[in-house]
Amino acid sequence: MNALTRSPVWRGTAWLFGRLGLSGRGLVIAIPMLWFLVFFLVPFFVLGRISLAEPRIALPPYTPLFERGPDGSLQIIASLENYWFLWEDALYRNAYLSSIRIAVISTVFALLIGYPIAYYIARSPEPRQSILLLMVILPFWTSFLLRVYAWMGFLRREGVINNMLMSMGVIDTPLVMLQTDFAVLIGIVYTYLPFMILPLYANLTKLDSAHLEAAADLGASPMVTFFTVTLPLSMPGIIAGSMLVFIPAIGEYVIPALLGGPDTLMIGRVLWDEFFSSRDWPVASAVAIVMLVLVVAPIMWLQSVQNRRELD
Amino acid sequence: MTQHGSNQPIAAETRPWLDPEAQPFISIRGITKRFGTFTAVNNINLDIFRGELFCLLGGSGCGKSTLLRMLAGFEAPTEGQILIDGQDMAKVPPDKRPTNMMFQSYALFPHMTVEKNVAYGLLREGKSKREAYARVAEMLRLVKLETLAKRKPHQLSGGQRQRVALARSLIKQPKLLLLDEPLGALDKKLREETQFELIRIQESLGVTFIVVTHDQDEAMTLATRIGVMNEGEIRQVGEPREIYEEPNSKFVADFIGSVNLFEGRVEAAAPDLMRLQTDELGPVVTLPRSGLSRNQRIWVALRPERITLSRVRPDAATNVVSGVVQEVGYMGHMSNFRVRLDGGRVIRVTQSNRLRDEDPISWDEPIFASWSPAAVRVLTE
Repeated sequence: MNALTRSPVWRGTAWLFGRLGLSGRGLVIAIPMLWFLVFFLVPFFVLGRISLAEPRIALPPYTPLFERGPDGSLQIIASLENYWFLWEDALYRNAYLSSIRIAVISTVFALLIGYPIAYYIARSPEPRQSILLLMVILPFWTSFLLRVYAWMGFLRREGVINNMLMSMGVIDTPLVMLQTDFAVLIGIVYTYLPFMILPLYANLTKLDSAHLEAAADLGASPMVTFFTVTLPLSMPGIIAGSMLVFIPAIGEYVIPALLGGPDTLMIGRVLWDEFFSSRDWPVASAVAIVMLVLVVAPIMWLQSVQNRRELD
Repeated sequence: MTQHGSNQPIAAETRPWLDPEAQPFISIRGITKRFGTFTAVNNINLDIFRGELFCLLGGSGCGKSTLLRMLAGFEAPTEGQILIDGQDMAKVPPDKRPTNMMFQSYALFPHMTVEKNVAYGLLREGKSKREAYARVAEMLRLVKLETLAKRKPHQLSGGQRQRVALARSLIKQPKLLLLDEPLGALDKKLREETQFELIRIQESLGVTFIVVTHDQDEAMTLATRIGVMNEGEIRQVGEPREIYEEPNSKFVADFIGSVNLFEGRVEAAAPDLMRLQTDELGPVVTLPRSGLSRNQRIWVALRPERITLSRVRPDAATNVVSGVVQEVGYMGHMSNFRVRLDGGRVIRVTQSNRLRDEDPISWDEPIFASWSPAAVRVLTE
């Protein structure tokens, strides 16, 4: 008991909450639960409900869920037609597939680039680690939009990279880089790399150097040690980092909009177009729900894999 | 312990360090290791013979682990040379050395089962899986873990992990096994059992062991020879008996077991007996020792168990002092006494409780403490 918890104000408040059936622990949990409820579950159900409606030109631009029939009976208007439409129309299917493809490729590249960086930071002496970590986080101090615009400057026809390569005589006609999938990949990998590095660093820094020494002692070369000891032990970090890159990448809107070309098909853009150009809210909602399922399914699968691994 | 003199001949092949012709298996020559300005290991010279169970004994930070890590190849010596079986180890990386190490933390791979942990070294040698796992099964039988082969390290108790670590470090049949505080994490009872287990395994496989420990009981039980280390230097190398009975310095005498030390000087060296003079014990008579001159400053070391307490004055004219019992610690098989001598100095005495119905010496009793001339060890440094 310290001075704070002995004060009458504190005890009065605690007594009041106690009368309402709330303990301290309940309150602490209540805040994230409330957040989750208000900002995730409620919008999710609203979206789900809209995805079952039909579009109409009105305000709101979709049919209500309940309607009085001509005979005064209450009718529920809901259909899975929008989902069927998504399935039938190749545009949406391709958009989903292309989003997944781009997200997977960027996750793999982020991992290939991020792992050595995280490893290097984790193996650096203590004071240098903080500086290197700071450098990883530093880009976040600038606006995300600004950084993507900066990439436009780099990748443009008369941009920094083309100018440099031309002046060095490596190429004579400028490379087309902006408005391609390649530019989108660069943008995504660049933007989300810190999300890959940080969980990997957190994992690798816990790696006991005695394990590496034990492997060497038993005759494993540094390369073999990496693949048989370091890599398997850093799996939780790899999974966490990959999730943190894959999930935002799959629904990315800004990066493909700014760096991608007209034929860069990503679901985030389709979603935007449905909501704001076609104003077809029900189809847009269905697009969003399917995307959510696509993202949540692998997370849940990985969670169960990890739980099983911890159990045995 | 005194009934077997240390000069009693024991088969020379089991004590190769007594044979000046014997070829050492490991030669440590002038090894120094500095970390920045800190000298962890300072100019160590040491020969270890095949089949030995050599203990490096010292307090924390004495450099014993650093020396072990240099043998394994995890640290490079700043100066000096290490030869294993005649081969210079300077350019040999840890994965190519004929050594294996059992780590203090065991360093078991947490993502592998017991079986895979033990097989790891064999598979790196390029052994087929079938051959490797057959050997693993054999090794697990040796350390009595055959039923736990499919468990992961976190499902094992401390003692079981210790045996997995031992099995893993022995599976490649290394010429030299390095053990860093192998029993440190075990409780007392398990530790005592495991000590004898280690000796059994070491003798049945004929591997040379170098054990690092801070536990003198462990070193005394395990070792063929002990190297006592302090501040990066080896202070004395010898068999456990030698280290205990014939310490070469106050440091070693005080480090191994407990000892009463008294400053004094040499008074006279007769051919059969030597007379010493100390402030706190008065005159002390001991067996003659060469290399001492009259009036030389010396220290008298008396082990607590070599002192006898009695209520009546013993017949002997010398090596008797009187005092008062200040404290008694009853340990069952023996009792620890703290006796305040008439001069004011408090000494430690232990007496074994041989008789059950003996009237024990108790607090505040005036008593006499005596010792034989042979019990005295004279130290010059």
